[in-house]
Amino acid sequence: MTTVPHTDTAQPPRPRRPFPLGRLFAYLGLALIILISLFPIWIVLKTALTPTRALFTEAASLWPSEPTLINFRRVLGLVTLEEAQAAGGSGSAVNFLNAMRNSLIFTGLIVVGQTFFSAMAAYAFARLRFPGRDVIFTLFLIAMMIPGIVLFIPNFITIRNLGWLNTIPGMVAPFVLMTPFAVFFLRQFFLSLPRETEEAAVIDGAGPFTIFWRITLPMSQGPLATLAILTAIGMWNEFFWPFLIAKDEASYTLPVALQVFRTQTPQGVPDWTGLMAGTFVAAVPVFLLLVFLGRRVVESLAFSGTK
Amino acid sequence: MTAPVQTESVALPARAPTKRRSPGWLAGYLFILPAIVGFAVFYLYPALRGLQISFTDWNLLSQPRDVGLANYQEVVRDPKFWSALWITVKYVLWNIPLQTVLALILAVAMDRLVKSMFVKGLLIVPYLLSNVIVAMIFLWMLDPLLGIVNQWLDLTPLGKQPFFTSAEQAIPTIALVNVWKHVGFNALLFYAGLQAIPRTVYEAAAIDGSSEWTTFRRITLPLLRPVTVFVLVTSVIGSFQIFDTVAVTTQGGPADATKVLVYYIYQNAFSFFRMGYATAMSMVLFAILIVFTLVQMRLLRANESDLE
Repeated sequence: MTTVPHTDTAQPPRPRRPFPLGRLFAYLGLALIILISLFPIWIVLKTALTPTRALFTEAASLWPSEPTLINFRRVLGLVTLEEAQAAGGSGSAVNFLNAMRNSLIFTGLIVVGQTFFSAMAAYAFARLRFPGRDVIFTLFLIAMMIPGIVLFIPNFITIRNLGWLNTIPGMVAPFVLMTPFAVFFLRQFFLSLPRETEEAAVIDGAGPFTIFWRITLPMSQGPLATLAILTAIGMWNEFFWPFLIAKDEASYTLPVALQVFRTQTPQGVPDWTGLMAGTFVAAVPVFLLLVFLGRRVVESLAFSGTK
Repeated sequence: MTAPVQTESVALPARAPTKRRSPGWLAGYLFILPAIVGFAVFYLYPALRGLQISFTDWNLLSQPRDVGLANYQEVVRDPKFWSALWITVKYVLWNIPLQTVLALILAVAMDRLVKSMFVKGLLIVPYLLSNVIVAMIFLWMLDPLLGIVNQWLDLTPLGKQPFFTSAEQAIPTIALVNVWKHVGFNALLFYAGLQAIPRTVYEAAAIDGSSEWTTFRRITLPLLRPVTVFVLVTSVIGSFQIFDTVAVTTQGGPADATKVLVYYIYQNAFSFFRMGYATAMSMVLFAILIVFTLVQMRLLRANESDLE
């Protein structure tokens, strides 16, 4: 996380008690909430570092007495079956490295495709005139209200009929070309861009594609990055659709792989140390996103609600 | 990406001016082509197809058989549907008020106490995790035997709690898990809304000697209404569609106590292969969501602003 220095600018005058006891309690409350926000993530890491045989004895402690990386190596498929079983694994394995690769491809394709194609459409809705434009745009807006399950059942049938079950095309198809939200989000921004630069380019003889590529996209890096971040978070975490389409282990994404890994031991005690190692591995990319793009991620999320 | 804008002129074909149409219309269609394909195939067609499937009896293998309104009649008569709807409503009633009130308090605290982007970043960490991961984490922490929460509760007079494994506690537990996930994000939305309120309004209130609570109730809350509407409408729509957490933690159990509507729809579609019945129920859910959204917008007077 990029630590941003406190910029404690003077607060505007507000009625304030002479004794700042209330403020102290407020800070304590806030600290408690932050602690509650982060505590479960520490427990994940602590459990992942605990040897399976110590799971019973150290269940209540906050610190692994003999930290080990065996669980991480286990879920990443870096140890032999015998070693994994010796370390307390069930022997059943889900290949998390492969799932990580699938998740990266799934998310990457959708982020790039959806952002670019939605930007193209948003540009047309904001700047070009063509018959039916407003009707089509209104249809997009209505579509934002449809709940996922309404679309997922017929879409599942479409993908099945195309023979795309268990394939990357089948997994990305519903998202890669557009979402109504993405088009709407970018159109609102494109509308606010000044027209002067574009008009100058038109006089120079530039066509719509040149203007879009050379002017609109470079001027919109902020909103494009915002949309890309929102899409990346949403798709990295998407469960339902890959869960329907990827029934074959080779095509699991991380959320699906985790769920399968969990259900592999329906009876008895689940492989908690392995599960928590897998959970942590699956969360690392979003942590990295936050660490490297901290301010941008926070602003993107805030912006998504108040545009 | 700061490529200088190239000014080389692209020669227009000579016939361009002869066409009286606005020059962009063909380009317009080319630009929306990918999006239109995506929209037509994965939004428009499935919405209409779903409506059509909902009037049939279809197990995915045989030919769909038209049954008219029979699926919808069955929905109305199906006690499991009503039970699933009621469980969903219970979930929403646990989830939404807690999440919204906590987020609002947190947002005001952020506004008054911290400016640090770092702290805001910490608060949204749970939101960045997938529902599956979040469910997995709490499944472990609340495990009846080894979970740290129960290990600690065992030391108190309360004793161990069943959480996900009890019919009474499962829905509140799932709701609390999702409050944990979403509260920081919703607080961030409220916080962004608070930033938009002009500081002069507060200064005026301070001069009038208005107390903190009065200022909050008479100024902050009303002026925050556009954000509140957004947060409530989107989180209610989202809550009604709860699925991931249930699929990972309880799978509808114990004794159907967490069989929420989308989980029941999912079971009908992909376990019992009753596509017609499942889509009919999802259409009913769609109708419920539209009614809910309109009622909320009306109650919260979404289109009016108290500024100006």
